[in-house]
Amino acid sequence: MPLLEASGVSKVFGKLTALDGAALTVGENEFHGLIGPNGSGKSTLMKCVAGAEVPTTGKVSFINTDITAFTPTERARAGMSLKFQITSVLPTLTLYDNILLALQAQCSLIDLVFSRTRRALHEQVMTMLTQFRLADRAHDAAATLSHGQQQWLEIAMALAGKPRLLLLDEPTGGMSLEERRVTGELLQPIKQHCSLVIVEHDLDFIRDICDRLTVLDQGKVLASGTVAEIQSNKSVQEIYLRRA
Amino acid sequence: MGGAREALAEVSEGPDVVTGETAPAAVPARWPVPGWNVLPIVEGLVLLIALVLPFVLQDYLTVFATRVVILALFALSFDLVWGYAGIMSFGQALFFGAAGYGVALLARDLNVTSIFLILPAGTLIGLTAALLLGGFLLLGRYPSSVIFVSLGTLTGSYAADRLARGWYYLGGQNGIPSIPPLSLGSIDISEGPVYYYMALGILVVVYLLCRFLVRSQFGLALAGLRENEQRIAFFGYKAQHLKAIVFAIGGTIAGLAGSLYAFHEGFVWPNMLGVVFSTQVVLYVLFGGSGTLIGAVIGTVIIEGVSFWLSDNYRDVWPIILGVLLLLVIMFRPLGLISFVLGERERVGTFGKAPKERR
Repeated sequence: MPLLEASGVSKVFGKLTALDGAALTVGENEFHGLIGPNGSGKSTLMKCVAGAEVPTTGKVSFINTDITAFTPTERARAGMSLKFQITSVLPTLTLYDNILLALQAQCSLIDLVFSRTRRALHEQVMTMLTQFRLADRAHDAAATLSHGQQQWLEIAMALAGKPRLLLLDEPTGGMSLEERRVTGELLQPIKQHCSLVIVEHDLDFIRDICDRLTVLDQGKVLASGTVAEIQSNKSVQEIYLRRA
Repeated sequence: MGGAREALAEVSEGPDVVTGETAPAAVPARWPVPGWNVLPIVEGLVLLIALVLPFVLQDYLTVFATRVVILALFALSFDLVWGYAGIMSFGQALFFGAAGYGVALLARDLNVTSIFLILPAGTLIGLTAALLLGGFLLLGRYPSSVIFVSLGTLTGSYAADRLARGWYYLGGQNGIPSIPPLSLGSIDISEGPVYYYMALGILVVVYLLCRFLVRSQFGLALAGLRENEQRIAFFGYKAQHLKAIVFAIGGTIAGLAGSLYAFHEGFVWPNMLGVVFSTQVVLYVLFGGSGTLIGAVIGTVIIEGVSFWLSDNYRDVWPIILGVLLLLVIMFRPLGLISFVLGERERVGTFGKAPKERR
């Protein structure tokens, strides 16, 4: 049984059909790339999976549970996490507090009011900051980070709740080549405990880190398979050539 | 996710949040921020002044100062709800006035004046009213919009005002006059220094409790809530529950303030429930600086003090002068007067355990 299974997902905005019966299947510890030309519905499919949009029709299952009608909070508590396309770290808080905010999300109210988990979570906060190469900036406001560093902080925050599935919407958007390479390195170790769905324009990046790919075109799945399969797929080559 | 961005934009336009584009660089550059913590100094100074005030003021001014202290307590309740949790409550007076009317009826109809019954009763009325209204406005399956909440609270407050005006049992337009003084055993606590110090004591205790709350991990969750509600829902926070809890705490404090106010003034009238008081408390907090507890207190003191002085000296035009003054502060110092001395970093604060190697 796959970790995530979305099938027949359609999303209609007024007269625009953004998704038309799209499907996405992600296994345990799998890095899955979601690619396709602009406007093909990648982000919309991602949002339907994450709960930021409610699909017009279709079904989303996660760890054998139908989560189609779950709110984002319920999805997060079920083990799903999302990194937004636009960085949404909390700019006025320090990096440390940004991570702590994400880590303490499922603490009880009493624990929060009496700050009972503050001490216990300290190690985890520093471990995450170190892992994402941000430890020396721990007490700076998140707004002072470079764009790339904000993306890393955001990924660290999305990982804080130890999700089983992480959805990354354009993690390398606006990054330099070097930053992209580091992002790939940072993502590798999480494979041991977490699957990944990644929407990305940078095909080299996708090819380097993903196991399987799903290609969308005009709201429909054009092809789905391993990276090698997709690379040799004629119709995929065609849509990318057509645009190039 | 358009919703997320809209929500973020909406919140960012609020006076208490400055987004990354303007805040952290701009504020320290324009206003030198000292290396030490300003907040405890300001708090200590305000407390010191408050403690010696009855010794230097004439009696009628002590009565006025007592009223200001009680209103500052009311302002704290709104500051918690708006400045910390980002809930636009335009009807905070509903809880203030409902508690005021409630305890006035207890005194009038049941002869209850004991402080040990009156203050808990007022607090409970505030809490109950806030739970009911907050439950209705905030506890949906999906987050309710800022407009819905602000109009909902405004409507609640307005409806209560109309109800009080039209209901003979509540005294109609005139309200409930000549409430007997609050009692402690056989002693009456009437207006003057005793009432002043009692109100001040309550204000200090509530202030410290609020301070504890907003500096806790719960306070960090509130910071997340007001800056980006949708983001923290994706972390797994039950954002609506958090909001309803803070709203209820705000209602509780407003109820406490309302019952103190009713017994201090000796009467209650429909304005206490309505739009007038609801708006006033918004102004106190915006003027002083929302999202800082001391800002709410300072805002109340200055607005009330200035209107008192203006109404004495410029009998005809004082509301206009006050209005212009408020407008100027809100336009040029959207973070309130407190932002003249308080830097962005300290205002937001830190919540984590301070590591030893901290710079």
